[in-house]
Amino acid sequence: MWRGERQVLAGVSLSVAAGECVHVLGANGSGKTTLLRVIAGLLTPEQGTVEWGGQATRKRRDEWFATIGYLAHSDALKPELTARENLAFDVGLRRRIHDQEIGAALGEVGLAHAQNQPAGFLSAGQRRRLAMARVTLAAAPFWILDEPYTNLDSAGAALVAGLLGRHLDAGGAALVAAHQPPTIPHHVPRRVELPS
Amino acid sequence: MNPTGILGAAWLAYRRDLLLALRHWGQVAQPLIFFVMITTLFPLALDPELAELRRIAAGILWVAALLASLLGLELLFRSDHADGTLEQMLLCGQPLTILALAKGLAHWTVCGLPIVLLTPFVATGIGVPFEAVGTAMKSLALGTGILSALGAIGSALTLGLRRGSLLLGLLVLPLAMPALIFGARAIDLSIHGDSARGPLLLLAAMLVLALTLAPPAVAAALRISAE
Repeated sequence: MWRGERQVLAGVSLSVAAGECVHVLGANGSGKTTLLRVIAGLLTPEQGTVEWGGQATRKRRDEWFATIGYLAHSDALKPELTARENLAFDVGLRRRIHDQEIGAALGEVGLAHAQNQPAGFLSAGQRRRLAMARVTLAAAPFWILDEPYTNLDSAGAALVAGLLGRHLDAGGAALVAAHQPPTIPHHVPRRVELPS
Repeated sequence: MNPTGILGAAWLAYRRDLLLALRHWGQVAQPLIFFVMITTLFPLALDPELAELRRIAAGILWVAALLASLLGLELLFRSDHADGTLEQMLLCGQPLTILALAKGLAHWTVCGLPIVLLTPFVATGIGVPFEAVGTAMKSLALGTGILSALGAIGSALTLGLRRGSLLLGLLVLPLAMPALIFGARAIDLSIHGDSARGPLLLLAAMLVLALTLAPPAVAAALRISAE
């Protein structure tokens, strides 16, 4: 991939197995977000392929998109919609979802009290929790998380670690780009460092 | 997991945009206020002679509707792009063409449909006879649909560009010229008591063409803009 006149992600190769978390780290500008966007299918690499189950993801894009839960740098929330409405619309595009599931997910991320508040009134940390609730509700086996701990306090970070642990215990896989190594109960993430 | 069907996803995308428009009613009202202002200012600026106004009424209605539609188009995908929800839409596993169609339809509902519903009031104010109001509404209903479809392509192509609104106008206005010509002609024929069937059928054909070609073009443009 080229960013302006600078090449990033040259010769990068990694694999993620079921039940495994891969921690991508590297200096600012090393291409962590670009790597995650390429893997998610939001960017097309000049060379190389992304494969899932031995098949190129670009050849079965819709199936691949249903496989991933993606948390980007931005929380991707509509400030005018309530926390509940944001989840209902976003997750509803993927799968049929009941109100109770949304309520349970909001309770799990500590936002039960704020479910009817517009997302624009939530703090940055609460919005991150809400975005994380969307990832859990997507029921996707592969999570791609870009700086999931941004704006979170220690309780929020522990919450994300707990959600990640449960996802891996259930046989899911995760790719996490973060400056700090994620501390996941019963799991040691494999480190992949991008050259600066 | 019980995946959402294509129609269910389209309905959700449509409903979400309507809800957002409802909560942002000030932005939504802007094109409508513009439409009403243009059409009511003309009689004040020109000779208020009814025959004179009637002669240019079709042009006034159509140019006002065209410019009012352009005002609302910039917002069609901009906030989705800015807040990251566009990426989530791309990754939701639903055909982007269907979601683009649903969003275009929502845009027409909040921008085009109110223009059509306001037409009887503003049209009679600029001398359109009562018998021609129906044709004016049909012409603008078809025309605003075409403008929403064409505008969605322009809006998707100019996402993330600086001064995108200027470029949007340059892209959309030339494409909208045939609709403007036949739409205004339909109203003009009806004002003079002639049949407007021909231009209206042409407009309907243009709408079908726009609805068929625009969604895949919008989807491709959104994918490029997201990169």
